[in-house]
Formats: sequence, structure tokens, C-alpha cells
Amino acid sequence: MIKGKFIDNLPKVYGLYTGGFLVFIIIMAIAEQAGMTAKMIGIFFVSFTVLIYALIGWLSRTLQTDAYYVAGRQVPTVFNGMATAADWMSGASFVAMAGGIYFKGYGYMALLVGWTGGYVLVASLLAPYLRKFGCYTVPDFIGTRYGGNLARFSAVVVLTVASFTYVTAQINATGTIASVALDIPFEIAVYVGLASILMCSMLGGMRAVTWTQVAQYIVLIIAYLLPVFWISNNIGAGFFPHFMLADEVARIAELEGQFGFVKNSAADLASVPKGLSAISKPHSAVNATPWAFISLAVCMMAGTASLPHVMMRYFTTPSVRTARRSVGWSLFFIFLLYSSAPMLATLSKISLMDPTLPTGIIGKSIAEVQAIDWYQNWNQAKLMFVSDFNGNGTLELNEFFMKGSAVVLATPEIAGLPYVISGLVAAGGMAAAMSTADGLVLAISNALSHDVYYKIINPKAETAKRLIVARVLLVLIGFAGATIAALEIQGILGSVIWAFDFAMSGLFFPLVLGVWWKRANAPGAVAGMLLGLISGTAYLIWVRSGGSGFLGITQLTFGIVGAAVSLVSMVVVSLITAAPDAATQKMVDDVRVPSGKTILGKQH
Amino acid sequence: MSKQEQHWEKTRNLLFITLAIWFVFSIGIFLFGAEMQESSIRPFGYPLTYWFTCQGSLAIFVILIFWFAGRQEKIDDEFGFTEREGDQ
Repeated sequence: MIKGKFIDNLPKVYGLYTGGFLVFIIIMAIAEQAGMTAKMIGIFFVSFTVLIYALIGWLSRTLQTDAYYVAGRQVPTVFNGMATAADWMSGASFVAMAGGIYFKGYGYMALLVGWTGGYVLVASLLAPYLRKFGCYTVPDFIGTRYGGNLARFSAVVVLTVASFTYVTAQINATGTIASVALDIPFEIAVYVGLASILMCSMLGGMRAVTWTQVAQYIVLIIAYLLPVFWISNNIGAGFFPHFMLADEVARIAELEGQFGFVKNSAADLASVPKGLSAISKPHSAVNATPWAFISLAVCMMAGTASLPHVMMRYFTTPSVRTARRSVGWSLFFIFLLYSSAPMLATLSKISLMDPTLPTGIIGKSIAEVQAIDWYQNWNQAKLMFVSDFNGNGTLELNEFFMKGSAVVLATPEIAGLPYVISGLVAAGGMAAAMSTADGLVLAISNALSHDVYYKIINPKAETAKRLIVARVLLVLIGFAGATIAALEIQGILGSVIWAFDFAMSGLFFPLVLGVWWKRANAPGAVAGMLLGLISGTAYLIWVRSGGSGFLGITQLTFGIVGAAVSLVSMVVVSLITAAPDAATQKMVDDVRVPSGKTILGKQH
Repeated sequence: MSKQEQHWEKTRNLLFITLAIWFVFSIGIFLFGAEMQESSIRPFGYPLTYWFTCQGSLAIFVILIFWFAGRQEKIDDEFGFTEREGDQ
């Protein structure tokens, strides 16, 4: 059935894969009717999909550097778009974002705008030029463009800080999902998640990660969209929710007015399990100041353009032209999920709030709610909680608590969908978190193995040795990430936002000016990266330890401080030191036109 | 002006146009979030600001990138800087 080269057969291969996955869902649905327990369905979904990814990872094993670092530069536009979308949409996007919107409304929707708008910057400012450069990693670009090991090493430092912050959040997310789906303790589930991540990336590097990410995208997008459409149809809200939920949005505003927002006292909140919240912000009203919204969006956009695990996906396309188009496809595939997240939040809220729906619980008696099956399940998993603060026996809006991730994980069950959908959602969340973790772990270990080990420490190393070092580092970084994830220092969404701020602080201007400002030189870039990262981090620590901050910049938007310092110091230091030599200027000229040879050779 | 300088000037102008559109829909309109929300323009019945954050701005970004890519390809073609087989 499959003849010829793998690349030429991609649509067929992934078409078969998607068909196979749909058949698997149907088999599970039949098994559920035949009496298979919910727990078994969850285990089947997660382990079946993870085994497929591991198989793809094993089939893509390689012993060549360009396959290991950039997938041989032959990933077609649309498939690279899918892989980037999976790389991009993390556990935070899949599991936590709808929850954030559910609880915080407008203020959190800045993330939707920021995490999509950033791609315009990627497409226009960076991706095509870095592709033309022909680098293996982002520090490879910095090191060659500016010259010198110090610039290269500074870039590795920023990359590691940002990506490591991010990866702990992703391993945390895989652990959370694996522990719920497989019913094992979180501390063990984290390492189960890690093992699955390493299986996908260790043998084949970027090549293996690319083809597993495409497979993971297909699973995660089916898992996200199917429940949204199904619930919308189930409650009669419309067959195409994205265009038809206006009445529900208005109805929620009406119900919010009716129930009223009551602020819980500190004493009441003390009894609520950690990490759970009640609805306290209106669903669709503009409830944040323009600056709060815009500053968060700006940080996410600049961070998007500076995060190395996204940028390196565009090193894998066959040409500059395809790199540019591939950014458009990436954003299209991301858009499919992001535009659905607010719809899911709306459907979840209306299902729980509207007393005329059979699923509505607000306004019912507390005892009645406590007797519901799904409430008991999710309460046991510490994701839901009710308490009769005012003692009137009825559940009020401020007396129902839920964890953000429950909006995605529990809504299908709340809305009365069969359990097979919940199993599917768990598999989707696992795919989202794994694909991002893979990209991140690979970005860090590639930077350390290629830029630090090969370019700085041992430039004479042979290919075989380089790839062994790369794999050893991959495993070590994975373990370090899992160990920190098990400590649960910061929530998933919080750590992800920090990662964007770190990346933006240190890398945004050195990358952009490397292409767009010929006068930028090595001392300037080093100053920009290090002073940016240091000042951003210092601001974060100051605000975290009780500092008041300035200009309304919070611990979620500290990248604005870092990036501003980075820009100023880079420009000032560049101008007071010597201009880059003629060879470097010529290099920048060459990067600016798509035709001709890449700056760095195919194998380097 | 050399061919390469002309190419870069056109590329830079395209960048400025792209970034201007990007700025309007990622930052500009949200300066007036509260005012827009009250507007009588309601796409698909949603309040205007709410719609932009859910779908509007996001969809505009997708279209903007494809438009930008097409224009840039035209500029590259015009100056003969499009990649050829074997370039890489």
C-alpha cells in the first residue's frame, strides 16, 4: 500500500493513522456499552496513544546530525504547521486555558490574542531569515551572526532558563493527566510521563519529534473539538458553537446578575482545597484595564517570537519560502483549538449555572449536588469542592469550587457525554503536554550538545560521539525537569507565562536586531541578553518578595522590564563599540535574500 | 541603488505594513475594549470586544500571515531572489 519515499506518502500515512484512531474511539465506545469500566477506558486511551508515539519515535531513529538536529530539512509546509501547532499548544493550552477563561474572563483572553499574534512577528521578523541562515539551534544563529563563544554561551543560558521553566510545567501536566487517567500517585506519574517523552525523542531527535508531533496534533485536535461540538448540540446551543453561542453568552451574563458575585471571606476560603476557585469575574464583560490586557498580550507575543523550541521548527522546512508559509499553517492549526477554548468555557459555565438545564447545579440543594456521581469522582480527585458558607442549604455561585483544569477534563462528564469522551480528552491532554515537553527538552539538549559541547568544548568530536552526548544530555535534562516538576512550585499556567517573559527578556531583541540592524555587534548582543535576563529576573524576584512594582507591571509581565533593558543596553553598547567587520555585514546581506546557499553548511 | 538594496527596501516596507495591521488588531483595538463592548456592531451576536478576543483578532492574524507570505514571494520573484533547486 505504501510505496516510495516516506515524505511523499505523508498524507496517506497520516490519513490511515487518523482513520485508525477514529476506529479505536468507536471500538472504545462499543466496549463502554458492553460494560467496560471508566477506569479501563482511560487506561486504554492513554497507553494506546503513548505506545503509538513511542513506535513512531523508534521508527524515526537516526545516526545523522542533520536528521537529528533539523529532521533532514525536508518537512513539508502543512505537516510542519501541524507539528509546530502540537509543539506550541502545551498542556497549558489544552488543559488550563479554557479554565483560565472560565474563571477570569476577559483578562485571561489576552493570552489568546498574545499566543496567536506572536506568530505574525515570527513570520515577518525572524523565521524565514533564520531558515536561510541554516543553523541547527537558536544559539547557533547568535553565535555565528555575532561571533564569539561568549555570545553563543549567553544565548544558551537564556534558552535554558526559559525552556527549563516551561518544561517543568509540561512534565507537571503529563504527570497530572497520567495520574488521573492511570490512577497512580502524582509522584510516580511524573516519571511515567517523562519515560513517554523520552521514548519519542531520544533515538531520532528532531526527526522523531517531528513525526510524533504530527501524530499528537491529530489526537489533541480531535480530543478538543469533538466534545465542544457534541456538548453544544446536546444542550441545543447550536450545531456550530463558534458562530452560535451568542445567546448562551448573554444568558450567562443574565444569570450572573441574578446569582450575584459574593466575595468569600478568608476564613471560608481556608477550608477550600488548594488551587480551586469559584467564579468571581463576569464571563463576557471587559473586566481588565486596557494596560493589564495589552501588557500581558505584548509579553506573550514577544515571548512567542523568542522561544527557541518554536523557532527551531522552522529550521526543518525545505526552503525559506516554505518556512514562511509554514508559519501561516501553524497559526491556522493553533487557531482551530484557540478559537474553541472560549466556546468550551461558555458551554461548561452554562451547563453548570443554568437551572433550566438538567446539568445545572447552582441554586440546587447542597445535599443534592453532593450526591451526584461526577461530583463525587472529581471531588475525590481534588478538582471540585462545595461548601455551604452561608448555611442556607442551597448552592450559591461562590460556594462551588473547581480547579481550572477541570473545565476541560470534567465538562464532558458533567454535560452527560459517555465516558469514552473523557478518555479521549485525557489522551488529548497527554498528547499536548508530551509534544511540547519533547520540543523543549530537545531544544535545551541540542543547545547544550551542539553549541556548548561541539562548538565550544570539543570542536573535533565525531558525529557518533556528538549524538551520544546529545542523548545523554536529553535524558539528564528530562530527569532534572521531572524532579522539579514533582515539587510543584508554581501552577502550570503560571510557569508557562514566566517562560515567555524569560525568553522575551533575553532573546527577543538580540534575535530581531541580528537580522534587521547590521550595526548590532557581539558586545551589544551579549549585553542585551545578559542584562535583559538579569533585570527581568531581578524584577520578578522583587515583585514575588512583596515589592510593589512599577507601571502596573506584574510578575506575569516582567518581560517588559527585561526586554526594555535588553533593547537599550544592546543599542548603547553596540554604538560605543566597533562596527561588525565586513564579513559579518556580508553575512547579514546574504541572510536577507532567500536565494543562494545557506550561511552554515548542510552538515556542520 | 543596487538590486539588493531595492529588494530590501521593498521587504522593509512590507514589514512595516504587516506590523501596522498586527498592531491594530493585537494592541490598538484593546485600548478601547470597554467602548467597543458597548457598540451595536455584534458579529454573530457576540459583544464586539469579546468576539475579537475569541475569534476576530485570531482569524485576522492567520489571514495576515498568508497575505504577507504571498507579497514577500512576489517581491523575491521580482528581483530574481527566489530560491532555486539545489540552493540549499
